[in-house]
Amino acid sequence: MGRAERGLVVAESALAARERSWNGAVSLEDYALLAASEMGCLISTLAREGYSVVGPTLRDGAVVYGPIESAQNLPQGWTDEHAPGKYQLEPRNDGALFGYVNSPQSWKKFLHPPEVRLWEAERHGSSFHILNNEPKPEKPKALLGVRACELAAIRIQDRVLLEDRYRDPIYEAHRCRAFLIAVQCTQAASTCFCASMGTGPVASEGADLVMTELTGGGSHRFLVRAGTERGSELLVKLRTTAATEADLRQAEAGVQAAADGQVRSIDQNGVQELLYQNFEHPRWEHVAARCLSCTNCTMVCPTCFCTTVEDTSSVTGDHAERWRKWDSCFTMAFSYIHGGSVRNSAKSRYRQWITHKLAAWKDQFGTSGCVGCGRCITWCPVGIDITEEVRALRDGGNHGDS
Amino acid sequence: METLERVIAEHPFLADLDSSFTRLMVGCAKNVRFNRNDYIFREGDPANEFYLIREGKVAVEVLPAQGKPIIVATLGEGEILGWSWLLPPYEWKLNARALDNVRAISLDGKCLRTKCEDNHDLGYEVLKRFARIIEQRLEATRLQLLDVYAIK
Amino acid sequence: MASAVTTDAMIPQSYLIRDVAKETYDTFTLKLVPDTGSNHTQFQPGQFSMLWVFGVGELPISISGDPGEHDRLVYTVRSVGQATNGLVTRTVGEAVGVRGPYGNGWPMQAARGHDVIVVAGGIGLAPLRPVIYEVLSHREDYGRLVILYGARSPRDLLYRKELATWSRQKETQVLTSVDYGGMSWRGHVGVVTTLFKYARLKPARSVAMVCGPEIMMRFVTRELENYGLSRSDIYLSMERNMKCGIGFCGHCQFGPHFLCKEGPVFPYEHLRPLLEKYEL
Repeated sequence: MGRAERGLVVAESALAARERSWNGAVSLEDYALLAASEMGCLISTLAREGYSVVGPTLRDGAVVYGPIESAQNLPQGWTDEHAPGKYQLEPRNDGALFGYVNSPQSWKKFLHPPEVRLWEAERHGSSFHILNNEPKPEKPKALLGVRACELAAIRIQDRVLLEDRYRDPIYEAHRCRAFLIAVQCTQAASTCFCASMGTGPVASEGADLVMTELTGGGSHRFLVRAGTERGSELLVKLRTTAATEADLRQAEAGVQAAADGQVRSIDQNGVQELLYQNFEHPRWEHVAARCLSCTNCTMVCPTCFCTTVEDTSSVTGDHAERWRKWDSCFTMAFSYIHGGSVRNSAKSRYRQWITHKLAAWKDQFGTSGCVGCGRCITWCPVGIDITEEVRALRDGGNHGDS
Repeated sequence: METLERVIAEHPFLADLDSSFTRLMVGCAKNVRFNRNDYIFREGDPANEFYLIREGKVAVEVLPAQGKPIIVATLGEGEILGWSWLLPPYEWKLNARALDNVRAISLDGKCLRTKCEDNHDLGYEVLKRFARIIEQRLEATRLQLLDVYAIK
Repeated sequence: MASAVTTDAMIPQSYLIRDVAKETYDTFTLKLVPDTGSNHTQFQPGQFSMLWVFGVGELPISISGDPGEHDRLVYTVRSVGQATNGLVTRTVGEAVGVRGPYGNGWPMQAARGHDVIVVAGGIGLAPLRPVIYEVLSHREDYGRLVILYGARSPRDLLYRKELATWSRQKETQVLTSVDYGGMSWRGHVGVVTTLFKYARLKPARSVAMVCGPEIMMRFVTRELENYGLSRSDIYLSMERNMKCGIGFCGHCQFGPHFLCKEGPVFPYEHLRPLLEKYEL
C-alpha cells in the first residue's frame, strides 16, 4: 500500500524545509579553498560555536568515528584496504587527512544511539509514576568527514525516523541540530558500490559543508562549498581563499576516480521484482550454509534502524526502566511470537534482511535501503557479499568460491 | 408427502446423478428414525448401510481403552454418515450416536454394492461422491490434529 | 503532560483495573479505566493497545470491548507465559500502563450494507467481539450477522453467555464447534470450517472477518472462497512480534507491511501471496 493511498499527513522534517529555502545553482563563485593547515581552525571554530565535534580517529587498528579536539586526532597518512571479511589499515605517503574510505561503524551510533533509556518509573503502592521523560539537552554534534554514502544513509534514516507516521524524538534531538561536513571520496575501496546505488561519490543534498581533499602539486587543501545557510555562516568565519577552475577540475577528477575505481555494483533495474519473485531460489540455501547470524551486517549498516524495547526493574520491584537498544532481524527473538519464531532458519533471516534492504524498503519509504557503502561485505566474518548474492539470484546459478 | 425419490434426487450428495441411477438408489432406500442417544451403528458391527441425514445431529465417536467415548466429529442435516459399507471388510470402525432425534434415509449398502458391481457407471458415480466426502473429512481431521489452539 | 506525536508515544498512560473476570481456566477479561487526565476512551474494532505491567514487561493485546463505551478499555488475555500471566494476575485497583490504540481495525465501513460473517478460532474471538457489538448496536447499517466460532474444547469457549444472547438477536446466527468434545457436549464437534455448511450465507453480499491461529485462517479463507466470497471481501487479522507499536522497531514486518501501522487487518486478496511463503 502506498503512502498516498493511506492518506498520511507526513510530518515534514525541519531539515527538508531548511534545504528547500537554500536553493542555488552551483558555480565557481560558490566554492572556496581551505588550506589543510586550517583544519584545526575549522574544528576549533565548530567547538566555539557550541558543537561537540566527531570525526575519524585511529583506534584499535581501525579508523573509528569519535570525539575530535584538534586536527591531530585525524588519521593523517593512513588508508584502509577492504575486502570481503577483511579490513586492514595501510600507510599512505601524501599526508591526506581523510585518506581512508569508511569506518567500521557509521555515524548512526551518534544520531540513533545503540542504547537509550526511554524513561524510568517508580512504583507507589498499586500505581506507578513515570519520571525523566524529557531527553537531556546535549551539545549538538558536528560530524566531520561524512561520506556521500553516509550522507545518503542519514537522509534515509531521516525518512524512516522523522517523516513517517511518528517522529522519533531521540533521533530528532540528535539529528536536527547536527552540523554535517561532507568530505567526498577520491578513491574507492574494493567493497564500495555507491555509484551503482546512485548515492555517491558526489555528496547529495543535506550537508552543511561539502569538501573535497586535494593533495599534490605541493599544495594540500580542501575545495569547499556551503550546502546550507548554516554552512555558509560558518564558512565566513574561516580563512579561505578563492577557488580556481583548476581546483574544481582536480576535485572532479578525484571524485570521478572514486567512481571509476568501484569494482562492485548492484544493478538496480528490477531488483525489487527479483527479490519478491525468488522466495524459493536455491541460492538462499547457499547463503544459509555460510551465514552465522552474527548480526555484524546490521550493526555496521548505516541505514538499519531496528531496535528492541527492554523493560527492567530493580530487585525490590520499586523502580523500573524502559530501554531501547539496537536489534537485528538475524536474531531468533526478533520474529518470536507465541509458539515459536516465524523465521527459524538462518536462510529465512538472511533472505528477510536482503529483501527488506533492497526491495521492501522501497515500498515502505520510497527509496532503496542500501547506499552501497560496502560495510556489510567488509565486516561479514565469512565474507558474504550482497552484490554477489543479487547477481547470483539474477543469473540463477551459484557463484563465488565458497 | 414427498416421495423418497424426490428427497433423494434433491439431496446435494446426489446432484447431477442420472435419473435412472437415482431410481436405482431409491430401490435401496427407506426412511428411518432414531431417538436421542440411540446408537445408529457401533464399532465392529457389519457395515451394510449408509445414511443421508435429514434432521438432527449425529456424533461419530471413538471408544478409547479407558474413559468415556470421544466424539471426533458431529454431522448434521444434509450430511452423509458412513462409508465403511463401500470397501471390505464392510465393518464399522467407529460408533455413531444420535445426539437428538434424528430422521434420515437409510440406503441398503449390500443392495447398492451389488448394483454397483453390475453397473460400473453407477459404481463410478457413487465412488466419486464418496471420495469427495472422504477428502473433506480427511482435511478437517488433519486440521483437528494440528491442535492449533493449544499452548505450545 | 506528554504532548502530541513527538514526545513520548513510548510512555504508557496509567489505567486502573476495574474488574478481572475469568472466562476460562487460562483466559481472563480485564476492564481498565483511565487513571488520570481525560476519562474518555476511544478505539476502532480490531485495534490493539500495548499493555505494560510494572516490573514484568509490555505486550500488544487486542481490545475486546464495546467501541460504543467510552469510559473503559476491555481486554481478553490468555495466560501463556510470563508477561500474559503478569496481566491476568492483576487485582482490582492496580495500575497498568496503556499505549495506543494502534493498528488499522476491521473494515466496518466496507461492511455496511453487507452481511457480516465473523469467523473466530480460539482467542481470536476477542478482537472480533467489538465487531459483534458494533453490528448489534447499529443493526440497520448491516445485513445478517453470522458468527462461526471454533475452540479447542468446551472448556475453552469464551463469552458463553454472550454467545447465547447473540444467537437470540434477529438476523443473527451463532454456530460454535470444538475440536475435542466430551460426553456432555451436545454441540458440533469438528474444526470451524465444518460449520460453514450450516451457515445461511449470501456470498455475493457478505464481508468476512477472520481471526485465529494462522493455519486456521488459511483453511477458513479457502472454505470461504469455496462458498463464493471474493478475496477482497475476506479480511484477516495478522499477528507478528511487536515491540514499539509505532513503526520504529521493525519487528512487526510481514513482507513489506508494518502490522502496527498498516495492519493488523488486511484483505485476503492482499495477503494471499504472502501467506503462502513459509518463514516470510
